[in-house]
Amino acid sequence: MNLLVLLAIVLLIIAGHQLLKIIELSRGLKKTKEWQVTDTDNNMMGKVMLAFMIVFFVFFFWQIERWIDRSLPPAASVHGKLIDQLWDANMYLITVIFLVTNFFLFWFAYKYRGNSKRKAVYYAHNNKLEMIWTVVPAVALAFIIIFGLKYWNEIMADAKDPNKVVVELYAKQFDWTARFPGKDGKLGESDYRQITGSNSVGLDSTDVAGNDDVLVKNEMHIPVNREIELNIRSRDVIHSAYLPHFRAQMNAVPGMITYFKFIPNKTTVEMRKDPYTVKMMDGINKQRALNGKEPIEFDYLLLCNKICGVSHFNMQMTIIVDTEADYTKWLATQKAYKTVAVKQ
Amino acid sequence: MATPINTGLEKDHLVHHDHVHDHDDHEQSFVSKYVFSMDHKVISRQFLITAVIMAVVAMTMSVIFRLQLAWPGEKFAFVNALLGDKWGKDGILDPNMYLALVTIHGTIMVFFVLTGGLSGTFSNLLIPLQVGARDMASGFLNMLSYWFFFVSSVIMLASCFIQDGPASAGWTIYPPLSALPEAIPGSKLGMTMWLISMAIFIISSLLGSLNYIITVINLRAKGMTMTRLPLSIWAFLVTAILGVLSFPVLFSCALLLIFDRSFNTSFYLSDIYIGGRPLDNVGGSPILFEHLFWFLGHPEVYIVLLPALGIASEVIATNSRKPIFGYRAMIGSIMAIGFLSFIVWGHHMFMTGMNPFLGSVFVFTTLLIAIPSAVKAFNYITTMWKGNLQFTPAMLFAIGLVSSFITGGVTGIILADSTLDINVHDTYFVVAHFHIVMGLSAIFGMFAGVYHWFPKLFLRMMNKKLGYLHFWITITMAYGVFFPMHFLGLAGVPRRYYTNSNFPMFDNLVDINEIVTYCAIIGALGQLVFLFNFFYSMFRGERAPQNPWNANSLEWTTPMAHIHGNWPGELPTVHRWAYDYSKPGQARDFVPQTVPLAEGEEDGGGH
Repeated sequence: MNLLVLLAIVLLIIAGHQLLKIIELSRGLKKTKEWQVTDTDNNMMGKVMLAFMIVFFVFFFWQIERWIDRSLPPAASVHGKLIDQLWDANMYLITVIFLVTNFFLFWFAYKYRGNSKRKAVYYAHNNKLEMIWTVVPAVALAFIIIFGLKYWNEIMADAKDPNKVVVELYAKQFDWTARFPGKDGKLGESDYRQITGSNSVGLDSTDVAGNDDVLVKNEMHIPVNREIELNIRSRDVIHSAYLPHFRAQMNAVPGMITYFKFIPNKTTVEMRKDPYTVKMMDGINKQRALNGKEPIEFDYLLLCNKICGVSHFNMQMTIIVDTEADYTKWLATQKAYKTVAVKQ
Repeated sequence: MATPINTGLEKDHLVHHDHVHDHDDHEQSFVSKYVFSMDHKVISRQFLITAVIMAVVAMTMSVIFRLQLAWPGEKFAFVNALLGDKWGKDGILDPNMYLALVTIHGTIMVFFVLTGGLSGTFSNLLIPLQVGARDMASGFLNMLSYWFFFVSSVIMLASCFIQDGPASAGWTIYPPLSALPEAIPGSKLGMTMWLISMAIFIISSLLGSLNYIITVINLRAKGMTMTRLPLSIWAFLVTAILGVLSFPVLFSCALLLIFDRSFNTSFYLSDIYIGGRPLDNVGGSPILFEHLFWFLGHPEVYIVLLPALGIASEVIATNSRKPIFGYRAMIGSIMAIGFLSFIVWGHHMFMTGMNPFLGSVFVFTTLLIAIPSAVKAFNYITTMWKGNLQFTPAMLFAIGLVSSFITGGVTGIILADSTLDINVHDTYFVVAHFHIVMGLSAIFGMFAGVYHWFPKLFLRMMNKKLGYLHFWITITMAYGVFFPMHFLGLAGVPRRYYTNSNFPMFDNLVDINEIVTYCAIIGALGQLVFLFNFFYSMFRGERAPQNPWNANSLEWTTPMAHIHGNWPGELPTVHRWAYDYSKPGQARDFVPQTVPLAEGEEDGGGH
């Protein structure tokens, strides 16, 4: 078998070599050189340019038609709605720019394809024209900057709501721990030197505020319509707390605490009934059925979005957005850190 | 004995060149002619061939991880054949090796192909030839520049063959992941080799850049004023300045990381518990690393892009048979982009915990850079307007470059807006953006340069039809690879995931990933057409005439022989700008720069 393959390859090489020889020999006989671009070439390539543009644009719209419904569902947070609006406005703008400029590029390539009978127009510059396409983008960008920064400042401002829920997201290779302040409403101080098997987030034993803190893994609950302030920490390398459904993201950096605040405005139950989500989950479950997997229900997720090591691709936590009552009930069933630690 | 008359700036060169001219290179030994050559044309070829080899390696890596992303867990004999039983057991890619491959793919493409390969090849080839100089200001430093590049390439490739695998913390090598061997196997010896390789690379880049700057400033031929320079030279000059100002910062960035790794300092490390014990390091910050890294990292984007844009200016003007539109605006744009590129680095760091107010400043500066970029794109399109377009393979790639520059550029407007960046930061939306705007544009520019200046590099012509085939495969498959990635980003898929199958929410994206991988495989195979054309034409292509594209710039006035010193006899005198194509009142549709201005004729450059 191997011998046969080898033989075939050798024969192919010989055939190719002979073919190239013929081509090389025939070079001298032709008037135009192979590399010279003829009118036929220009005509052909110009038309292919136009054809490519059409295919390209069709591909663009085909993708949108087919895949846009697989985008993340509409934002489930107050500021996320603003981001979505700004996103759509910017997206429409750049889609128009993309289509128009690519159109002119390929249209000109087609229209002005070379012809030995024609001569190009000597046209070196036009200050007015250049001024226009300097000023127009500048003005458009000014609007983008103004709106972008307005929202950015609001999103990044400190959490002010006295009724806010403070949650610590603690990242390590390769899982997340969420820490809720207990009844005292205060998160205890931490010290990485005190990390042990039972004190996985390094609570400072000298700070009593930590005694009633609640630590959860795999699944955390937050209440709807209240400001959530995430205090994000890391034990080892940089991770990134990415909560795409809430349009929230912030890196977890060892040695410092980073913050992100948001107000979830749809409970998990409500989100599961959202028409967009229902349709999206149908698509997902159809694909899962094909692969012989169980159907699943929608859940909010926390992912790691900064390369953090070998299991970066599997560092997740489910987030359940509850009604206020359900949240309180859930929190009450969680054990305080101290009782857990003492038992261990 | 022909005594070359020079602008008087390279006396010692003359002594060196004299015997070369008379004896037609015969006296040089093989080693000094082809290996340790100080001739910029030879060095340019060395850079190009090294870069082609590196590109093949990096592209093959991408095919391996694309197979994994489309069909996670499937067995591929191809993967096993390339990676062996350790990293590709039963043909399944090891997750650590996956991270190593994306890391080395990125590193090679950004630094070794698109920085070393692109600038190294075309700055070296074109700066002396287009400004009318006998060689670089220092041929010796230029030679060193290549050999440092070679050594760093060898070290980078060698790191792929060590026990724990190569560096695998991503091409941006953020510590602590890259600093702590406990964090990932790639941060053991692999990371050390990466850092050594990059340090040597930086030396190579600096030696090259200094030479480019000095040559452009000091060794221009008589009459070659700065505003008569082809735009390619302007682009190479600004690129070199960016390199000189930013690469030393990467060097210090890497040096501090070496200290943290090897000498237990704490520049980037603080409050870390890993491998079952707390580390002593206190007070450092990974954010510092990110600042230092991106202070190089962002100018680096333009170090990659500007030469490609410069090449496109030449190729589009020549093959449109029209002057480049808005020559002075183009120079202004290059300089504006160069300047702004130094004050935008923070847009890589909106989500890092950097002060959000600082983020606002970077939003502003980053969006500003869209203005000169837009000017450039519009000027290319206007250059084609009412032209007489000659579709050489180089022209096709230059048009492809303008398309990808726009297509990838517009999504930059989204990502530069910190508010919008929140949700797509580090997702496939970013991967799509920078591969199209930087990867595709730069590689298209590089291909355009190779097809256009192949006659100058190897004195032969490349095959046109194979060039056409190569272009159409490349552009369709490249868009097929990177366009769908936007939609993965919209669905919230993070970068550098070994597989998406642990998240049921990504289950409906399988077909997108399959399309991407199919296109990547076909696109990669399409490069075989180029490789064949390249190496075949190098030895057996048709002999090139002196000026095959009827171009104006000085490199087409040199004889079709490799002479050390470029021009036999006197250096040319320049009388006009490089863009007198289809000038009214001229017999031909091009007027080389060496043709004196007729009485009453105005020079187009605005003199």
